[in-house]
Amino acid sequence: MSNIPHLLVHDHEDNVGVVVVEGLTAGTEMFCCVTHDNSTFTLTAGADVPIGHKIALKDLKNGDTAVKYGEDIGKIIADIPKGGHVHTHNCKTKRW
Amino acid sequence: MFTHIIAKPNAGKDRKMASKYSNITFKGFRRENGRVGVRNHVLILPVDDISNAACEAVANNVKGTMAIPHAYGRLQFGEDLEVHFRTMIGTGSNANVHSVVVIGIEPDWTKRIADGIRETGKEVAEFSIEQKGDFETIRAASWAAKDFVHKATEVQREECSISELWVSTKCGESDTTTGLGSCPTVGNMYDKLLPEGITGFFGETSEITGAEHICQKRAINEEVGERWYKMWKAYQDDVIFAHQTDDLSDSQPTKGNILGGLTTIEEKALGNLEKIGRTSQYIDILDPAEQPNSGKGLYFMDSSSAAAECVTLMAAGGAVIHTFPTGQGNVVGNPIVPVIKITANPRTVRTMGEHIDVDVSGILRRDQTIDEAGDALIDMIRRTANGRNTAAEALGHREFSMTKLYRSA
Repeated sequence: MSNIPHLLVHDHEDNVGVVVVEGLTAGTEMFCCVTHDNSTFTLTAGADVPIGHKIALKDLKNGDTAVKYGEDIGKIIADIPKGGHVHTHNCKTKRW
Repeated sequence: MFTHIIAKPNAGKDRKMASKYSNITFKGFRRENGRVGVRNHVLILPVDDISNAACEAVANNVKGTMAIPHAYGRLQFGEDLEVHFRTMIGTGSNANVHSVVVIGIEPDWTKRIADGIRETGKEVAEFSIEQKGDFETIRAASWAAKDFVHKATEVQREECSISELWVSTKCGESDTTTGLGSCPTVGNMYDKLLPEGITGFFGETSEITGAEHICQKRAINEEVGERWYKMWKAYQDDVIFAHQTDDLSDSQPTKGNILGGLTTIEEKALGNLEKIGRTSQYIDILDPAEQPNSGKGLYFMDSSSAAAECVTLMAAGGAVIHTFPTGQGNVVGNPIVPVIKITANPRTVRTMGEHIDVDVSGILRRDQTIDEAGDALIDMIRRTANGRNTAAEALGHREFSMTKLYRSA
């Protein structure tokens, strides 16, 4: 397995990571890297997720806060299983 | 040519020794007012929309000139008119401009803009169309433009210090890779070059929404931070809430941002703010198109988050090079300022490579550090300052978009 990560995570507090390879398919055992300290872990992709889109690092429940950069980036509006695709269909700003 | 290190009045009192960036020099154009440009344009500048045709005719007659047509300049009033004048005068005053032919429909506003540019000491010729018509105006203006081209083409580049550069930034068609790669690359450049005495600009008022608590704290002191917050809040109240439809009017994040994986304005804002790095602080706040007057350092300009509008305003503020991180692939350029495009998105490098000047996709593969990417950008800034044409220049991207605050009379 190559050292090129499939998923990058900004901060250890984050509960979402970013897909950084093209053509990621469901079931892929992803090599993941936390950019803050270059620590690594693995996670199974739960869906086909395009490059740049986010994946849940753990089970997220409706009403949870999505955390990226160690900061609040919005609210989860539908349950998302660990490894699932996180985007506008299940995550929304808290502003409006 | 030997160059000594130029004194850096506001470079920070904790600065102890020269870094490996202190001795970077480039060949630039030193202007009458001491400012340094990296291009040497002869502009044909219309005061108003109805003078575009005459300006374009002059630019067609005289090779080596450039007309900058735009959509406004008639029946504006109040602050909206002031932004128009500042943008016109600032564009003509930019150190990338050698000299300017100004053409307007009537003499009064034409003179106001021409005189504003003359304060820099550069040559300006002004013409108004009423009582003459396009033919006579174009004839007279073409003679002036030709004279300026002869003079401009005899000006030689001189050795200049990196500390004399004014560098702006604004990102566009952002996605999650901009927050991971291209924006931190620009931030790393600012962290390294602001201590060397460069002048920097960032802005995009609406796009800080979601990270305003962080941006306020990046001011040099509480007073500046409070003024920044008031400016940001006024925009929220007067523009966003006054005209709100849905989720920042379904406009932030943009459709392109969402396609690229950005879900909320907060997420977008946090990525955007990576452009000011880890240590950089802004020293003052500028109105749209306002020139900095608080010395060297980083400035926040109250500005649109639309690419062409923002780059146009920062160029009017005096920036001579623009650094533009993109994720999904924004293609914007500017008539007078070289726009350096940086992307970390490997798909964008593959599908839109002709638009990209600095490929930092190695950051996503973890085979390039942010520090290395910042150095690569600094090297591209130096080369661009020396005269290398950017992708946007080579492709003829000359987007010039005036900011309009409200309806004209």
